[in-house]
Amino acid sequence: MNTILQIPSNGVILLEFSYLLAAIFFVVGLKFLSHPDSARKGNLWAAAGMLLAMFTTMFLHKDAETMEGIKSANLVIILVAIAVGSVVGAIIARKIKMTAMPQLVSFFNASGGAASALVALIEFSNPDNQSALVTLLGLVIGAIAFSGSMIAYGKLNGNIKDIFAKWMSYINLLFMFAVIAGVIFLMVTDAPVETQQIMVYILLAIALIYGVTFVMPIGGADMPVVISLLNSFTGIAAAMAGFIYQNQAMILGGIFVGAAGMILTLLMCKAMNRSLLNVIIGAFGGGGAASDREAGTVKEVSVTDAAVLLSYSSKVVIVPGYGLAVAQAQHVCNEMEKLLEENGVEVKYAIHPVAGRMPGHMNVLLAEADVPYDKLVEMDEINPDMPNTDVVVVIGANDVVNPAALDEPSSPIYGMPIIKAHEAKNIIVMKRGMGKGYAAIENFLFYDEKTRMLFGNAKDSLQKLVTEIKSL
Amino acid sequence: MDGVLEFFYTNKEAIFIIALTIFLGLEVISNVPSVLHTPLMSGANAISGVIIIGGIILVGHADLENLREGSHLLNLILGIFALLFGTLNVVGGFVVTDRMLEMFKKKKK
Repeated sequence: MNTILQIPSNGVILLEFSYLLAAIFFVVGLKFLSHPDSARKGNLWAAAGMLLAMFTTMFLHKDAETMEGIKSANLVIILVAIAVGSVVGAIIARKIKMTAMPQLVSFFNASGGAASALVALIEFSNPDNQSALVTLLGLVIGAIAFSGSMIAYGKLNGNIKDIFAKWMSYINLLFMFAVIAGVIFLMVTDAPVETQQIMVYILLAIALIYGVTFVMPIGGADMPVVISLLNSFTGIAAAMAGFIYQNQAMILGGIFVGAAGMILTLLMCKAMNRSLLNVIIGAFGGGGAASDREAGTVKEVSVTDAAVLLSYSSKVVIVPGYGLAVAQAQHVCNEMEKLLEENGVEVKYAIHPVAGRMPGHMNVLLAEADVPYDKLVEMDEINPDMPNTDVVVVIGANDVVNPAALDEPSSPIYGMPIIKAHEAKNIIVMKRGMGKGYAAIENFLFYDEKTRMLFGNAKDSLQKLVTEIKSL
Repeated sequence: MDGVLEFFYTNKEAIFIIALTIFLGLEVISNVPSVLHTPLMSGANAISGVIIIGGIILVGHADLENLREGSHLLNLILGIFALLFGTLNVVGGFVVTDRMLEMFKKKKK
């Protein structure tokens, strides 16, 4: 069979070629982003790819039906919208405090999800659009990413508290099935177009609610997992929209981000030794793990004694957790570290992969306080060194140093890799009170013979320590 | 069943791309040091703003002369919002990632 290949106009070929280039830029950019030395360059590559695709689309895209290009009046609207979005986006991104980074990333992710959902919503009413399935998937995934990320934003910003009750799991499942049923129904229905239009808005509403109920019960140490997962969703939603337009740059960019986000999500799950399903549906059992072990009593330490202990050590390891971020104590922490170094003490930070509320949270937090990043040591590297460490200072971390993960098979966190603080010669734990961590699990580290507790707000305690060390 | 086969056939190129891209994503992202988890996530997030292309196409081909007809006006407004949100995601995402990386860089010396 002889088929004559229809050669489109040069503009269209150029456009497709620019998409290919943009896709390559995305891949190379993300590759560079995954190595410390080239990371910044990688970000610029990805941004350049995006800019290229945006401009070629504006000037070369032709309507599939009429073969008409984009008219100048439309172009003006596009440019104005992009200018407004750029200015607002750049200002927010520049002005916001570095410590508000987790919620900001969530906020941007939410806006991407909203954009995907809107594009899919409009395309659903387009009679020329033949791909109902991907349109609906783009709509629901985008909507879930949007409302879920907004809830995550609220939680990280401290506006929304974690709500968890057993019945929420059922509500969750109910909405999930409602979303799936809605998509299937709209795929097969013969209902008149007007009815379908109303249906699609209802589906949108259900998907938005599902996003809320999905993220609501997830909190604490599971936050990095869910943020990374929502990130992956936004990518997939963009790819679905790419299907509608048969646009390779969108499909590749979206799926690539989706896949990368999924890998990061699984990495986070691995760091907690839990399955993704467990994180999504479960939250921790909480309280279920009654232990026969005698809890014993905790021993407090005075600021003076702690200061002396630290100053006369040769090797100190600081284990930061979410508490450090909440108390905004990273600068004081850095001050103490420098002071100790001046006294000839070797100080390192031990970073657990899921410490904090987003992947890499502690790294960003400490970088903001000017801690040189060769001082930040990953869990697997620091653990063999623990028995030679004189003092471990745990600041606002709990589950990531809980030895129950190693030797308490009945514990919900059993099997999770931890920073082996209990192997050090002395342990100082800074904590607000004796409340349990997010997982509501007893931490036997606190009752250890070698452990001394320093109660109070991390920032105040560190400040007092600094003053005390100076006066020694 | 026929429907599924047909869907596969008509979208075979895209499905190939997807399958290969997933492996590519695996390959590129594996073994990222935890220092870079946040910037990587944030940079990837900015790339997912590629949906902006969809927004450009939508608003670009909106019929400005017959806005009163049907849902043209509503679609135009929704399209503009999609563009705004998309740009926010792209620009904000790249700028904030750059800021983070700059912070890391400074200390390296």
